[in-house]
Amino acid sequence: MVLLSYVALIIALIPLMNILIETTIRGVSAINLSFFTEQIPPLGQAGGGVGPAIQGTLIVVGLASLVGVPVGVFSGIFLAEFRNTKLTYVSRYLNDVLSGIPSIVIGIFSWIIIVTIIGWSVIAGAFALAIMMIPIVTRTTEEAILLVPITIKEAALALGIPRWKTTLTIVLRNAKKGMITGILLSMARVTGETAPLLLTILGSRFWFGGFTEPSAALSLTIFNFSQSPYSTVDWPRAWGAALVLILMILGINVMVRYYTREKYG
Amino acid sequence: MDKLFNGFLALIACNVFVILFLMLYKILEGARLSLQTYGFSFFWGASWEPFPPTPDMQPSFGVLPLIQGTLVTSAMALLLATPISLGIGLTLSEFSPKRLNFLVSFLVELLAAIPSVIYGLWGIFILIPFLQNHIYPALQATFGFIPLFQESIRGPCVLTGSIVLAVMIIPTISAISRDVFAAVPDSQREAIIALGATRWETARMVMSYARSGVIGAIILGLGRAVGETMAITMVIGNSFNLFNSLFDPSYTLASIIANEFTEASSPPVYISALIEVGLVLFVLNLAINAFAIVIVWQTMKRVKGS
Repeated sequence: MVLLSYVALIIALIPLMNILIETTIRGVSAINLSFFTEQIPPLGQAGGGVGPAIQGTLIVVGLASLVGVPVGVFSGIFLAEFRNTKLTYVSRYLNDVLSGIPSIVIGIFSWIIIVTIIGWSVIAGAFALAIMMIPIVTRTTEEAILLVPITIKEAALALGIPRWKTTLTIVLRNAKKGMITGILLSMARVTGETAPLLLTILGSRFWFGGFTEPSAALSLTIFNFSQSPYSTVDWPRAWGAALVLILMILGINVMVRYYTREKYG
Repeated sequence: MDKLFNGFLALIACNVFVILFLMLYKILEGARLSLQTYGFSFFWGASWEPFPPTPDMQPSFGVLPLIQGTLVTSAMALLLATPISLGIGLTLSEFSPKRLNFLVSFLVELLAAIPSVIYGLWGIFILIPFLQNHIYPALQATFGFIPLFQESIRGPCVLTGSIVLAVMIIPTISAISRDVFAAVPDSQREAIIALGATRWETARMVMSYARSGVIGAIILGLGRAVGETMAITMVIGNSFNLFNSLFDPSYTLASIIANEFTEASSPPVYISALIEVGLVLFVLNLAINAFAIVIVWQTMKRVKGS
């Protein structure tokens, strides 16, 4: 029966390996230099690349992080510093609830709040992704801070450093590693999001044209090419874009593992 | 200064209240037109006609087939994913050596890190041809006497959707069940090992000790499956019908939003109906998750406390 547990593990790893291998094989043949530097062609047309999609993904995720990371970090500090207030319990609970809400629902919310006012835009996409990042960053920051030994904090307080300064300098410096892990993982998670972007940045074939304009994104490009009837031109491009996206996300994950390796000895 | 800083932190920590409240309020407001026009018939109606064939007819919206598609695919995904995930959870917390654990948890995390749209891509071009040519005919030949396995085989169908969903929720259920297993105190294991239990008997004790946490993990997996959008949209066939066979195409709550939202500029009731679909999904998910999180939290507390 112990053997069965290992079998379960292997069954789960088959799709993972299959996805990684197929994406690599099929993606590599679609990728060349112009794949990164040229604008996205219309469906069915040869040539071009996915440059704007890579650019769009980076911009939207970057903009989302500008909002999501500070909000998440400060909320996390609050949850860790005030362990047992009512507000803490409810806030921690709602963070877990928020992180389980389907991304498409967050897309609708962002559409109502932003798209109905300024139209399909990078801002609306970043807003949706920021909402998805906040609970992840909050909870990982909280956990990272709780791992900081209380003695370090007590030493700082005993030296007469005010509490807010102790938190912002001593505690955060010691929790840095865990926090960066959480932030990177939250970025990796939203980098691949498709559904909320579909309802907010809409997609585009051209280079970035401003924060209040629609934009391309890798995930949207993969989706569009995969729905194309032109199997010989567009499907390989979908795999190429998928490879780029997977490499970005894998890169972040490997970085995180490298960063936290001591924890596991 | 301390007071100021604490106040500032508390203020920021309130962001989730604002976000969740605004989300519920704005989505309710957006769905109001549809709620008023269709009332309860929205839930048991089975037609989706934003543009009726003749001009004198009103558009009609009913989401029963979407609810059927969502619930059936999610439930089947749970059936497929649960035994595998519990096996992984047990391997990680009970059986495997520490060194292997590092690698395995990384791989399981990768499975969770792969974007939904790439699962969809894989589903369309790799999984569907494989299932359609090799697995489904065999399934039908064996179980064809059951009505669920009758009718002509299609690649994009309920069963394909369930399989893709199952792969996607395995990391969720495995990670949480590993955590609740690991939280079982060692004194329990030592006691049963001292009584002469084998490794498998010990593992069974661990599972029953952490029972409610496992249930919580499964329900959280359900929450994830219900809200999953892109992958299922790409492999379920997107056909608005009540289905009789697992080989029929279907449609889910999330998929119809992804497919139709950007094109639903008029009539106003159309966009409102889609927002109401989002509301149904939101409320369904809130109910599932709110319940599951409490269960997981309580198990962790009880298990750790004892």
